Amino acid sequence: MTQLRRSLSRYSESGIPLWRDIRVIQAVGQIVSAIIVLGFLYFLIRNMLDAAAARGLGLGYDFLSNSAGFGLDDTPIEYDPSMSFGRALLIGLLNTLRVALLGIVLATALGIVVGLSRLSTNWLVRNLANVYVETIRNVPLLVQLFFWFFAVFQQLPSVANSITVGPFAALNQRGIYLVALRRGEGFAGWIITVAVAIALSFVLYILLHRYRLRTGRRTYPFIVAMLVLLGLPLAGWFLAGGSPLVPDFPTVGRFNYTGGTTVTTNFAALLVGLVLYTAAFIAEVVRAGVQAVSKGQREAARSLGLSGLQAMRLIVFPQALRVIIPPLISQYLNLTKNSSLAVAIGYPDLFAVGKTIIDQAGRAVPVFVLVMVTYLIISLTYSILLNIYNRRISFVER
Amino acid sequence: MATIISDVKRPVERSNLLKWLRQNLFNSWYNSLLTLAALWVLIRVAPPLVSWLLAANWAPVLTSPALYFVGQYPAAELWRPAIGVVFISLLFGLSWGVWRGPLRTFALASMAGYAVIALLPVSLDTLGLTGRLFFAANILVVILGLAASRTPLGKARWVILLGLLAFGTFILLVRGFPGSELLPQIQTTRWGGLMLNLLVAAVGIVASFPLGVLLALGRRSNLPVVKLFSTLFIELVRGVPLITILFLGSLLLPLFLPENVRIDRVIRAIIGITMFSAAYMAENVRGGLQAIPLGQYDAAKAIGLSGPLTTILIILPQALRLVIPTIVGQFIALFKDTTLLIIVGINEILGIGKSLVLGNPTWITAQIEVYLFIAFVFWIFTFAMSHSSRRLEKALGVGER
Repeated sequence: MTQLRRSLSRYSESGIPLWRDIRVIQAVGQIVSAIIVLGFLYFLIRNMLDAAAARGLGLGYDFLSNSAGFGLDDTPIEYDPSMSFGRALLIGLLNTLRVALLGIVLATALGIVVGLSRLSTNWLVRNLANVYVETIRNVPLLVQLFFWFFAVFQQLPSVANSITVGPFAALNQRGIYLVALRRGEGFAGWIITVAVAIALSFVLYILLHRYRLRTGRRTYPFIVAMLVLLGLPLAGWFLAGGSPLVPDFPTVGRFNYTGGTTVTTNFAALLVGLVLYTAAFIAEVVRAGVQAVSKGQREAARSLGLSGLQAMRLIVFPQALRVIIPPLISQYLNLTKNSSLAVAIGYPDLFAVGKTIIDQAGRAVPVFVLVMVTYLIISLTYSILLNIYNRRISFVER
Repeated sequence: MATIISDVKRPVERSNLLKWLRQNLFNSWYNSLLTLAALWVLIRVAPPLVSWLLAANWAPVLTSPALYFVGQYPAAELWRPAIGVVFISLLFGLSWGVWRGPLRTFALASMAGYAVIALLPVSLDTLGLTGRLFFAANILVVILGLAASRTPLGKARWVILLGLLAFGTFILLVRGFPGSELLPQIQTTRWGGLMLNLLVAAVGIVASFPLGVLLALGRRSNLPVVKLFSTLFIELVRGVPLITILFLGSLLLPLFLPENVRIDRVIRAIIGITMFSAAYMAENVRGGLQAIPLGQYDAAKAIGLSGPLTTILIILPQALRLVIPTIVGQFIALFKDTTLLIIVGINEILGIGKSLVLGNPTWITAQIEVYLFIAFVFWIFTFAMSHSSRRLEKALGVGER
């Protein structure tokens, strides 16, 4: 009874007035903020449900199995307009992943080259790299994409006047046609020798390297591994008899090139734009990382008799990687998110396909939720990778 | 015969050049090779590039440059955006006097820019004598601002207040008022060009600042509910591309609001940009908050400040000073990102170039020229901003503490 009276009084047990008790303030604060946020969300969703009911828009995902009815230009897997919306979205996702993966590989390579060039002792190389980075970083990506697509790839010559590189490649406003390799006779046998060569060269490299470390003798692990890697498949090629791989050249037909592999101009423009843009940022990341390694490391390496290149490769770069990798991963995430600008130049990535479906089927809310959740999952994957890396390096204290 | 030492001429000039070449271009065999390769590329690329630039068809740019900067804003009302330019000049002059250092560079750069426009050696229909005089007069306005900074007005807080005031006035001025004789309302469909890019980016950064600070504090709060909501918002927004947020604003927002509420599409875009920017702002501010040593909290507690007072009086002022350069960087990124408005159908500068200029059949072949010009405009602005931001970073001594 006394307890009840006390709890009803204006004072809490500790004798502090309720309105000044920090626990009460915090609890009330949380409840109030929760009510505001949830109430706002409820207001939005209530409106959306009303609008959906009034216009007869479904909110379920059953429409995904309906026939899409629109064509797509870039299809890594089989697709035709009679297939489902779900299939179209899957193709969008695959297209996003395709341009992102290829873009990440190319942008990393270019970014490292440019980043190291900015640190070069060669005045000309250093300044060319500076001009590249300062130009690219200060112009919006979308302007660059428009430039590449509308001003470069769309202005390529017509099919009849294609730019050709021997029989290997042809370039015109419809697309880029590249030589492809198809399976020929004895492919199965040959591919086994390739697999064996890769495995063997790997094992040999490790064994020879260890032997060198143990005995100090020169064992040339790299050269031996390369010889095995190239020699075995070459031998296998002749042993297989015939040609395991047959080149499939693009040939000019009546209206366009046939054969080989085709890359659409939309894809090419997106890839070129993304790679050049991201490489400029990666170059800055690489430069900052290398500069973060103390000068003494390089000087010590040089005084031990390593050449400039060796000092960079064996001493400076491995240490710089600790600084480089976290921002590098966030650049990869940026590239992936930026690939959604594809919608402006007609490459059917996840977002563009989602938008087409909204235009065609009008299921704005469910499609949008699906697209955003997919991007979130991709982002989450990158942050998990980043966390794993951070945890691994954080234990290796210098 | 003895030689007077001072009469001996030092044969330094030539050997210095040679030495420079040796040290900077040919200091090893691979550097020599690299130099030669780079030179070969330069010789192959540069002369054709220059001759192309001279021979290119610049008519789509020169015929109506104003289109790129103010879009289809009515010609008779162009004095309104022009007043915005005067405001900016005045603020540049004032901040030159107040903060000096990096902002001086910025003010000087803008004066140089005005001089270049005023003396542009090509005759332009849209840039008559009045236009040239206007830009020349802006040089004087900058100097006037500098002079005004010697008066009691030259205090940091007055300049910031004046800046916000000018910003608000400018938006009202450009928009006008419905039914007004003097300032008729100009629909946002007629707004466009670079003015819109700058406007949206500026509103986005200003509006996202308080939001971002709140979110950052929320994420560091020890109240689980507040922390959860803040973290969720920040991570959700940062995990998706800006274009999805813009579409959310332009396409889905009307669905989530009551039937009778209609929001202007530029405002919807600004809402999207602000939400996006707030999440990134929150992370930047959080970085600043994390850099404050714990001793500051202890000291504040020791002199009897409560939690909120500690945050407002002790922690935030220090943290925000640390993140000023980052916020400038974010503004630059946001300014570049405003080109995405073209995808939701708003005629910012890229949209003007694509649909208004290149949509004209006579200019359709000038794709390269138009996009190069737009790229150049962005380059000038962002290069100037990032350059002064780097100097600002040095002046504030961030990273040296």
